[in-house]
Amino acid sequence: MNTEQVKFGKSSVFFDTFERRPGPIKKNMHYCPGCGHGILHKLIAEAVEYHGIQDKTIIIAPVGCAVFSYYYYNCGGISVPHGRAPAVGTGLVRALPEEFVISYQGDGDLAAIGLNEFLQAANRGENMAVFFVNNSTYGMTGGQMAPTTLPGQKTATSPCGRQIETDGYPLKVCEMVNALAAPVYIERVALTSTPRILQARNAVRKAIGILKERKGFSLVEVLSPCPVNLKMTAKAVNAFIDEQMCRYFPLGCFRDHSESALPHHTTPPLHDPESVKKVLFPPKLNIGVASDFKNRSKIFEHERRIKIAGFGGQGILSLGIMLATMGKLRNFNVTWLPSYGPEQRGGSANCSVILSRDLIGSPVIDDNCNLLIAMTQPALEKFLHELKPNGVLLYDSSTMHLPESIAETHPVFGIKALDIALGLGSLKCANSVILGALSAILIDRYLEGADKMDFDRAFEEAIIDCFNNKPEVIKLNLCAFYEGKKAVTFPA
Amino acid sequence: MKRYKVKIEPEECKGCGRCVLACPRSILETGRKLNEMGYAYVTVVKEGCIGCGSCFYQCPEPGAVTVYELAEQEG
Repeated sequence: MNTEQVKFGKSSVFFDTFERRPGPIKKNMHYCPGCGHGILHKLIAEAVEYHGIQDKTIIIAPVGCAVFSYYYYNCGGISVPHGRAPAVGTGLVRALPEEFVISYQGDGDLAAIGLNEFLQAANRGENMAVFFVNNSTYGMTGGQMAPTTLPGQKTATSPCGRQIETDGYPLKVCEMVNALAAPVYIERVALTSTPRILQARNAVRKAIGILKERKGFSLVEVLSPCPVNLKMTAKAVNAFIDEQMCRYFPLGCFRDHSESALPHHTTPPLHDPESVKKVLFPPKLNIGVASDFKNRSKIFEHERRIKIAGFGGQGILSLGIMLATMGKLRNFNVTWLPSYGPEQRGGSANCSVILSRDLIGSPVIDDNCNLLIAMTQPALEKFLHELKPNGVLLYDSSTMHLPESIAETHPVFGIKALDIALGLGSLKCANSVILGALSAILIDRYLEGADKMDFDRAFEEAIIDCFNNKPEVIKLNLCAFYEGKKAVTFPA
Repeated sequence: MKRYKVKIEPEECKGCGRCVLACPRSILETGRKLNEMGYAYVTVVKEGCIGCGSCFYQCPEPGAVTVYELAEQEG
């Protein structure tokens, strides 16, 4: 009786059927006929199976044809932004030191957009295996010139052949990485004849062996056929790789320190959810109010978005901090996002403050602003359009003039903040004058019941909190705050 | 002597022809029939597989090629 035993067959590291693949075909891959990706996928699957690390392997899918590699591998997978596989891989290595990270990248991904991430990871000697598929062209987008396109090679974007004068030389990635101290194993292989594919199989197996022993960074560059985009038959593409690519990209092992390299030991990170929560959501300082205290006024039922804008040096950012601190002291969730032009000291500055009883999605305000505090004319002109219909405008009436008819669409309040601050002896406290004006406006127009009493206290507490340890400054700012409360002009 | 057999799944083959080029015994050929995907798939046309695995490693598809080792026949 005949019994059959599989000698060469589908690796158990592949899914039996590729259910994640869209469409009716679930048994084979999405690659074109004769594509080298499939061959390398099989070699990687075989090596992962050989080393018995399937359950602990994460294969990073790049952007490129192999972007869907997670359709096929029955192990951990993650898709990452273009070129960032080694950067994400670094995070994975650090956060999950028990896992094994494989970065699978093409020539556009690794040698063009992601060259920096790749070289930095190689230079740090991260514990990962990088498989670099070099097919001398951009496959996914239709055969454009790649960093690895050979001199004179015709592609969709080099129809007269790659010109060294204008397009430079193809990047020799293995040679480049060989100049770095950290990598443990560097080899270039080709997927052409069976003996060469078997060499590639050994290289892949070795790289994954080094990964398993956590000895550091390995790179296997794979010269891989792309018959469809190179417009060649299977035979011709093999000849192209063997005769032309190999002449420019010589095959062989550039470095093998696998014997002498010592295993890296990464300290497992702390994964105590409670301590993470503490870092992310620090317990609120409750000065004067209980942890369940909430201001009941209707105005606080929704997220409040405040933009403060003016020149650097006017205390724009610290006014934002005072408002945010006030929110924090009254159990709001708050964000404070400063923005200023680093190209010019003392140039325009603004900050966005959001107060909410719910979680805040984004700290950015570029529309639907509830309150705009403008301290200069250009700031007003720049940000007025972000103000919601009926949103409140508070401006410094000592220097600014308002566009006509604005009072018809918005409640407008003026405060001679700079004048008052000058009178108090320091321009720096103009922001506290404005805080006082805001307090008066809120209490007069928008707060209800007990909140009216509470808000004076809240702002005072915020000023004290912000200028902690500086009694003189606290005194001056409190003084400015009370002057501001008195001096605000309400719309007629 | 050990005997081997190669099987090609018609519905997984894309007819790239890599296995045909690589087979040292030339027992594979690209056929004329098309599979459901529209590819002319490779078929085994002769006996004489030596179990070298060339076709398996050349094939880009995970499960299109399987090489079996047959138990020696008694008698």
